[in-house]
Amino acid sequence: MMEFFSKHGQELLIKTWEHLTISGIAILLGVLVAVPLGILFTRIPKLADRLISLVGILQTIPSLAILAFFIPLMGVGKFPAIIALFVYSLLPILRNTYTGVKNVDQNVLEAGKGMGMNQWESIVKIELPLALPVIMAGIRLSTVYLIGWASLAAFIGGGGLGDFIFDGMNLYQPELIVAGTVPATILALLANGLLSVIEKKLTPKGWKETYQTL
Amino acid sequence: MLQFQHVTKRYPGGKTAVKDLNLTVDKGEFVCFIGPSGCGKTTTMKMVNRLIDITEGTILVDGKDITKQDPVALRRSIGYVIQQIGLMPHMTIKENIVLVGTLLKWSQQKKDERAKELIRLVNLPEEYLEKYPHELSGGQQQRIGVLRALAANPPLILMDEPFGALDPITRDSLQEEFKKLQKELNKTIIFVTHDMDEALKLADKIVIMRDGEIVQADTPEEILRNPADEFVEKFLGKDRLIQARPDVTTVKQIMSSSPVTVETGESLKQAISMMRKSRVDSLLVVDEEKRLKGVIDVEMIDRNWKKSTYVSEVMETEIFSVPQDSLLRDTLHKILRRSLKYVPVVDDQHRLVGIVTRASLADIVYDTIWGDGLEIEEPIAAAAE
Ligand SMILES: Nc1ncnc2c1ncn2[C@@H]1O[C@H](COP(=O)(O)OP(=O)(O)O)[C@@H](O)[C@H]1O
Ligand SMILES: [Mg+2]
Repeated sequence: MMEFFSKHGQELLIKTWEHLTISGIAILLGVLVAVPLGILFTRIPKLADRLISLVGILQTIPSLAILAFFIPLMGVGKFPAIIALFVYSLLPILRNTYTGVKNVDQNVLEAGKGMGMNQWESIVKIELPLALPVIMAGIRLSTVYLIGWASLAAFIGGGGLGDFIFDGMNLYQPELIVAGTVPATILALLANGLLSVIEKKLTPKGWKETYQTL
Repeated sequence: MLQFQHVTKRYPGGKTAVKDLNLTVDKGEFVCFIGPSGCGKTTTMKMVNRLIDITEGTILVDGKDITKQDPVALRRSIGYVIQQIGLMPHMTIKENIVLVGTLLKWSQQKKDERAKELIRLVNLPEEYLEKYPHELSGGQQQRIGVLRALAANPPLILMDEPFGALDPITRDSLQEEFKKLQKELNKTIIFVTHDMDEALKLADKIVIMRDGEIVQADTPEEILRNPADEFVEKFLGKDRLIQARPDVTTVKQIMSSSPVTVETGESLKQAISMMRKSRVDSLLVVDEEKRLKGVIDVEMIDRNWKKSTYVSEVMETEIFSVPQDSLLRDTLHKILRRSLKYVPVVDDQHRLVGIVTRASLADIVYDTIWGDGLEIEEPIAAAAE
């Protein structure tokens, strides 16, 4: 064990950091795209359901296949890896944002509109705060998945903990596989915990209590 | 204040919810829209703050066409209360009350002051400002809903069945409170309801709608007295029409038509003997055409016995009378207020046709309290079958 750390310790840190940045950037992009898109979808409810199932189809393509598909398109390296992961992060966030915002109490929305809120004020002051617990659940789900899938990024030269796993498989060294998997799992758990804290911080106080009693 | 001119609303799909509606609402007026479910009340109301677009016609608020105004600015200048209350669950009561203030970018200080000022209007403690909606009862929540509509002091307030979801006792106390509030603040109110008692209690004017059209728009009294058609009658219900009877009875219907009189040209002696004969202490004085001229009583005769001979010289000419077609209810007030023993009743030529005495009023009160016997006869008739 000690021997492993003295040999691979520094590499392990670098790979873990790489892993974290790849999935972090992908998830950040996912949030930046999927949340506004989800809100936009609630404005076109007739099209929204069809669009969401379309994104759902993308999700069913095996991850390895999507990564492989990206090589001829974008070559190898970190960038295509991030883009591929980003595509995967979209659906849970998009779907949860859409349902979360769509399920905001119509009466509250009508009252807001009747008081003279414009679209933007309605989104920022009512829809996002009230849909926040649902949106955050989507983001957490995406993050946990993505940290797992990021191991596959090594397959197209994206780096990260996947490098250990692939090396381990190629060289028949189970300890390398463990060295890749365990930190990835820990990362996923930590990220999930961190996001719960953020969610608690962001959810308005009164809404937290109301939401729990619902 | 508010005018509907040939307003029509057709929903996509062809349903005509409002047909060629014309109505003028004056400043400070409390107007209740009432009618069966689906008759277009909500649609009519929501066209005013442009939550629903007008298909044809014009709505003017303060003389200005609403379609020429920015809808967001228009809504901020009109109060709006809905049945489902719709408080923001994630905002404190204070933030809820001054929501329009927030949209209008008021300073925090102004918002704090306004919230305190408003919550006092409904007798809730200031500590409630820091609570959240789910901590309040339904009645308290709707009080806040009403305050929220008042926050920016709009002259016009739209209310769609605001008390409809509350239990009867809470509803009753909110109605009382609100009517008082409206009188103090002198707001123009458009109030939708399907509860006739509520409308009769609150409204200055009731607008009865059916299938998107106005059937009758009038004061509660006038509607009770002259329902436009069978639909209105049915809507009012037989009970209310019977109950309302004291309201619509005219003086003529209950007056005694044989008052004791004396003519202007008769002597004081004749007047005295007339009083003795009829056992009264005062006489109504009329001329040859029976026109009411004044009143004379024992005391006046006594005082002037030596100086005068004729009734016309002594009588009191300042006499209060009521026209025969005036409402009993109004007469009742006048008699009670002036503590008169009786009031002479005259026709349009000022001819004396009768008299309403305190005794005849007592009979009316008796009838109102105990009914006119119909309620008793019915079960008897039923038992006889
Ligand atoms: N968005 C809509 N689309 C189509 N028809 C509607 C819509 N809203 C209301 N209606 C119809 O218009 C009529 C009037 O509705 P509404 O104004 O809500 O009635 P009320 O408030 O008097 O119960 C009803 O027949 C209702 O079904
Ligand atoms: Mg309605």
